[in-house]
Amino acid sequence: MTSPQSLAQKIIARAAGQPSVRVGDIVTCKVDLTMFHDSSGPRRLKPMLDELKAEIWDKSKVVLVMDHYVPERDDDARRIVRIARDWARDQALPHVYDSQGICHVVVPEHGHIQPGMLCVGGDSHSPTGGAFGAYMFGIGSTEMLGVVVTGEIWLRVPQTIAMHWSGQLQAGVCAKDMVLAMVAQFGINGADYQAVEFCGSAVKALSMQERMTLCNMSAELGAQTGLVAPDAVTLDWLRGRASAAPDAVRATAPDAAPAEQLFSDAGSANVQYDFDAGILSPQLAAPHSPANNVPLPVHRQTKIDVAYIGACTGAKLDDLRFAAKVLQGKSIARHVQLLVAPASVADRAQAQREGTLQILTQAGASVLPSACGACAGYGSSFEANQTVISSTARNFKGRMGPASTQVYLASAYTVAASALRGYITDPREVLA
Amino acid sequence: MSATGICGAHITRKIWVVGDDIDTDALAPGAYMQHGIEVIAQHCLENTLPGFAAGVQRGDVLLAGRNFGIGSSREQAAAALVHLGVAAVVAPSYGGLFFRNAFNLGLLLLTVPSLADMQALKKQSSLILHADDLRLELPTGAQISCEPVPDFLLQMARAGGLMASLRLRMALANQNT
Repeated sequence: MTSPQSLAQKIIARAAGQPSVRVGDIVTCKVDLTMFHDSSGPRRLKPMLDELKAEIWDKSKVVLVMDHYVPERDDDARRIVRIARDWARDQALPHVYDSQGICHVVVPEHGHIQPGMLCVGGDSHSPTGGAFGAYMFGIGSTEMLGVVVTGEIWLRVPQTIAMHWSGQLQAGVCAKDMVLAMVAQFGINGADYQAVEFCGSAVKALSMQERMTLCNMSAELGAQTGLVAPDAVTLDWLRGRASAAPDAVRATAPDAAPAEQLFSDAGSANVQYDFDAGILSPQLAAPHSPANNVPLPVHRQTKIDVAYIGACTGAKLDDLRFAAKVLQGKSIARHVQLLVAPASVADRAQAQREGTLQILTQAGASVLPSACGACAGYGSSFEANQTVISSTARNFKGRMGPASTQVYLASAYTVAASALRGYITDPREVLA
Repeated sequence: MSATGICGAHITRKIWVVGDDIDTDALAPGAYMQHGIEVIAQHCLENTLPGFAAGVQRGDVLLAGRNFGIGSSREQAAAALVHLGVAAVVAPSYGGLFFRNAFNLGLLLLTVPSLADMQALKKQSSLILHADDLRLELPTGAQISCEPVPDFLLQMARAGGLMASLRLRMALANQNT
């Protein structure tokens, strides 16, 4: 008899062409979609493909996003982005998003990720796609070359760690706080490259973009991926996107199980941890690790120079709305620079249409291009000795500036409240 | 350039020691990611272990704490160590993505989960690394067995990594057509 199968196992089994899989099995999976960007993609893949004299196995399953080195700030960036653009043109790639925002947001935004798919990405925050009930994980460039040539990838069937959240989040508390609390509890590599499934009523109550934030930072938990079982929220969101790229959706996994079968069987999780969303307060990670969780009130005297709302983790439309709730009709502290880099051009446009962006700029925010920007630390970073509070995912020493730059991680609510007061601030004090 | 420690027995020249949670930004800093590996490698661990990139020699071993290689998918983190000639990394645990990247690039990672064993290793000035059966030998003759690695990964790494195995696959495919 087959043991109960987790959502992760069901997706892997289908991609491996097996009726079921056991935890620990090493299997080879067919890849339904692969995504890479200007840094991890063409500039590394093209020379290796040329050397092998190999072709892309299926161009309809490849998505290229220019997000790391755009907008081009110097000759190196221009060279790297030019390689990507030339290669996309020479290969006649059908799915290319150039300067449209950050890959983890742009790719699902265009309907490329559907429930039940097995996807890989040339970036560590690729588990973001798990929010749609897909199994998506990050790989390096040489491994990406293997996928691009063969259409296959190996994996060891992971255990499923169920993170069960009941209760209801308080106003001013969001998915970013949930995941920062989990990273604090389990540590930066605590999930040991297994699969994390976020579940329970508090997860089901989250919007699609908030679920993306949870899955995005399963990278900081050290999981291979993070997933949320698809439900009505998922399907509604995807229906809204199908018309954006009908070809893309058709090219996905036509034989994937219907969404209603994509759930973890009772007893399939290897371990479950329970959390009460109702008692969760805004979380803060101090320099230089996302797991360096500190009680926010202890840092009320910490004066900040920069408040940064950016990245696939913390600058989606929902995050901009959170910041606007805090800053509506107010102005930020005089000594603070508030920088907002919306995660995608589409999210920026919607924020503009509905007035969210205007609330932020009227409060004193500067709006930056929709790209990885300071979060990737690939050039446009913060200055020495600056104290920064950021809605991004990582505050490793030297990542977003010189080694002396002090980066605190928090939600967009908390970043906005801190910009307002000039000191690290619990957003509930401002919203009250 | 291929890694040096992946086959046979090998006496280490120098053991470099770093602590827990060494991330990929420390190994391959983002500020240099626009460059080739020869530039990135010169900045490997510059904020953590100053002098490492300039001083490390082919065949040296890097002894690290828990969670070595956490963070980004950038394989330059592993490629920098290969470029600098590091024979192997020894640590109690690794970032999962880094683990895959290392073997894809032919870099041997040895996992020693016991903290007592790691403490003993830190006191040594040299070691014998038995790559064929993933074993470390101390000058006293004491042996430390490392956690097993799937055979296909070890074989791929020994054959020069994933690129070498893809070359072979392409050559076979071209022969058959």
